[in-house]
This record gives sequence, C-alpha cells and structure tokens, in this order.
Amino acid sequence: MHVHFTDQYRSGSSLVHRLDPRIKVLCTLAFILTAALLPPGEWIHYGLLLIVPLLGVVVAGIGPGYLLKRSFIALPFALAAITLPFTVPGPQVTLPILGLTVSIEGAVRFVSIVLKSWISVQMAILLVTTTTFPDLLWGLRALHVPRVLVSVVGLMYRYIFVLADEATRLMRARAARSGEVEGHQSGGGIAWRGRVAGGMVGSLALRSFERSERIYDAMVARGYTGEIRHFAPPALSADDYTILVTLLAYLALVLATGLLFAR
Amino acid sequence: MHHTIDVSDLKFSYPDGHVALRGVTLSIAPGEKVALVGPNGAGKSTLMLHLNGILTGEGDVRVCGLPLTDGNLGKVRAAVGLVFQDPDDQLFSPTVFEDVAFGPLHMGVPEPEVRERVARALAAVGMGDFAERVSHHLSAGEKKRVAIATVLSMDPEILVLDEPSAGLDPRARRGLISLLRELPQTMLISTHDLLLVRELFPRTAIMDHGQIVADGPTESILNDPELLEAHGLERMWSLADR
Repeated sequence: MHVHFTDQYRSGSSLVHRLDPRIKVLCTLAFILTAALLPPGEWIHYGLLLIVPLLGVVVAGIGPGYLLKRSFIALPFALAAITLPFTVPGPQVTLPILGLTVSIEGAVRFVSIVLKSWISVQMAILLVTTTTFPDLLWGLRALHVPRVLVSVVGLMYRYIFVLADEATRLMRARAARSGEVEGHQSGGGIAWRGRVAGGMVGSLALRSFERSERIYDAMVARGYTGEIRHFAPPALSADDYTILVTLLAYLALVLATGLLFAR
Repeated sequence: MHHTIDVSDLKFSYPDGHVALRGVTLSIAPGEKVALVGPNGAGKSTLMLHLNGILTGEGDVRVCGLPLTDGNLGKVRAAVGLVFQDPDDQLFSPTVFEDVAFGPLHMGVPEPEVRERVARALAAVGMGDFAERVSHHLSAGEKKRVAIATVLSMDPEILVLDEPSAGLDPRARRGLISLLRELPQTMLISTHDLLLVRELFPRTAIMDHGQIVADGPTESILNDPELLEAHGLERMWSLADR
C-alpha cells in the first residue's frame, strides 16, 4: 500500500531535464522576480514572460496541457487581492453583470496580480516536473539555502509517504470496524466521532514522534554528529551557462522595457 | 587478541523506570555468527543499541577492545554496523545512493572512494541497479537489502541486525538468508525465526527478562525443549520427529 500523491516529476532526457538543478532553480527564481517587478497592466510583457514556460514544456516534451491543468492551483491565493477593485481610488465603472462599482485602476491591478501569479506558478511547475526531488534538494543546497532547512524538506519528502501510508492504515482499520446492525442507529454521535478522529490524529502524531526518535538513532548509529554531509556538486556544463545567460538577458530585457514603457 | 564484542554485567533502565537489562554478559569472537533469541521485551533491541553507544547503561561494553567513551564513539560506530528492524527508519535519505553514502561521508572518506564503497555495498546485497531509486518505492525485501548496504558501505567489523527476517515473504526471506550466508562479517542478530537460526548461526544465546539465560551451540540449545518452552520459544519440529 503506497501513496504517491506528491510526486510531480515526469522523467525525460530533454535539454530541460538535463539542465543542472542549480541553473533551473536560479532561472525559476529570476523569472518569478521579473514577473513580480513588472508594473500592472503591461499585458504584452506578461505574454512575453508566458512564452518561457510554454517553450520549456515544448522542449521538455510534456505538452502545455499538463502545465495548464496544474497551473490553476495558484488562483485561490491570488484571490487575496480581490479587495483591490473596490478599495483603490480613481475613476470607477459599474459592472453590467452584478451591478458592482469597481475602480478601473484597482481592477487592472487585480487582473495583473492574478495573471502574474498564474504565469509564475507555471514556471515553478515546469521546475518540479522536470527535476527529481533529490536533484532539487542538492540544487538548493549548492545555492547555499541553509542546510538545516534543506534537510528538513528532504526528511519531510521522505516521510510524508510513510506517514500517509500510516494514516491510510488507521482509516482502513476504522472503516473495517464501522459496522451496522439493523434496528440500531449506526455512526454514533458527532461528538463521539470527533473524539475517535481526534484519537487517530493523536495516535498518528505519537507514532511519528516515536519514528523520529528511531530515525535519529539510525542516523547516530552511522556516525551522524549534527552536521549532514553531502557530495560536492558537479561542475556546470557549457549548455548550463548558455541557458542561464540567455534567459537572464531575456528577462532583463522584458523587465527593462516593461518598466520604461510603464503607463 | 581482543574480542569483537565484550559486554560484562551491563545494566540499563529506561527513563520511565522500566528495567530492560539486568546484568548482561556476552562475548563475541571475530568471525563468530551469533543469534540472540527470546520473547518480545526480553531486552534484545536494548542490548543492540548499547553496542553502538546509542544507549549507555551501567557496566562494561567494549567493541574491538575499545571501551565506549565519547572519544571512541566514532570508531565504535564505524566498527559496528547496526541495522534497525524497520527499514523505513534506517533509510531516511531521498535516494538509495544517498542513504548508502551517508555512513562513509560521515567518516570523512574522500568522495571517489565513497562512490566505490556505495557501488560495492549495493552489489554485495544484489541491489546494484537501484542506486538512483527512491526508498519509498522499494519492496520490503529490497528495503531490507538496502538497509544492510547502508552499513556495509562503512566496512564494519561486525553486523548487528535487529529481526532481519521480520515482515518478509518466503521468497524475500530466502534471499535474505543467502545474503547473510555470503557476508563474511562477524554477525549478531536478534530474531524469532528459529529456522533461520538453525540454518545460519552456529551459536545461539537466549535472552529473557534482561538477562542472557543460555548461550551455546545452536544444535544443543534448539534441541532442549524444556529450555525453549521456559523462555517462550517454540520447540522446533523437524520432519524426523514425525
């Protein structure tokens, strides 16, 4: 019984797959930064940015549909900006559909934020779809993200599956004993069911705690003294540098023109 | 010549007051293969955790002649390859390769040699093609083999395995038995699998209530039904008994 729900990686041997994880992380960060810095309402520039992840999926042989399907996970977060159309001062229009009055300036900003986050998420999805998780981890480490943080993420990735399996087992055990008898109301009261569920969560937490102790023992048994050691990262290839420089130059151009021609 | 393992009058209580070891004495000579049997809660796992300095009790523990002091701890841990019962505890790295490399990297072995050791250890357990795999996606038998490789890469003098055949199906268990037979290291395992003991281990020690209650040649111990029954073990039936 295995749970695979977080594995986004799709294997391949394209140029995008082969790029050094460090380069991919750097490109993704630079891309998201550019998107964030572009002024609102620069629709053409957003289009120029969108070309990058789309080109990426085509080269990686994944297909734009895959990216598109997953890219909407960011939308609920972008809704945090939903107040902008109603709070930003300036000329206003009344929407024909709901009869709401919104400020044009605010609406432009809101749509820009939604678009920019949607485009940024596509780049991030491209990164995790073409990079294995272990590669991503050493990429982050090589870029001097604090080691403890990377280790925590690594252990989380390793044990989230184990934990999910354990949770599934607990729920199966509950389901297997959730019988019904004719003439009796089954299911119990809501307070009782809440208590059962709470007990399961507690038992899962307790098991995880005990497991963490055993994992620590297993690390200590193999010489762990508080510092996690890793291999030195390999050298970057010519392809890596070419892609990095090309993409950074492109992003700089998009950002510079976007700022210059801002309304 | 010193013994690989020398434990004398070892006593240990857990912080909650539970007394786990009540004066354990056990010596293992280089090259010996010893099985530790006994009921759950007898103290087998607790004893094993002492051999690596993870727990420290009262009494004397020496590994390869070295007393367990803070200064020796690193050497002792390199000499004793401790394999935990649940491979999900032992395999904590994202990939098989990184897990097998963990021990030697911590010993400060140079990287090219670490790569060699990882390749050798994985080949020794028949998992040479699995280096880049993610541990979670392995079967129980495969995980167990990788868990053994994670300590083989440290070139230990003695392998200490906690219930290695628990939870394996017959085929994986059979594979484990042939693997254990091939490994040249001194070995101490705890197990409930008496058939495995009879097949691989010339010497058996029975542990009960935190003490070693019997220690001798496997044949004579397993052929003593009263002794086995007194310590919660099942008498072995062989085809000749029918």
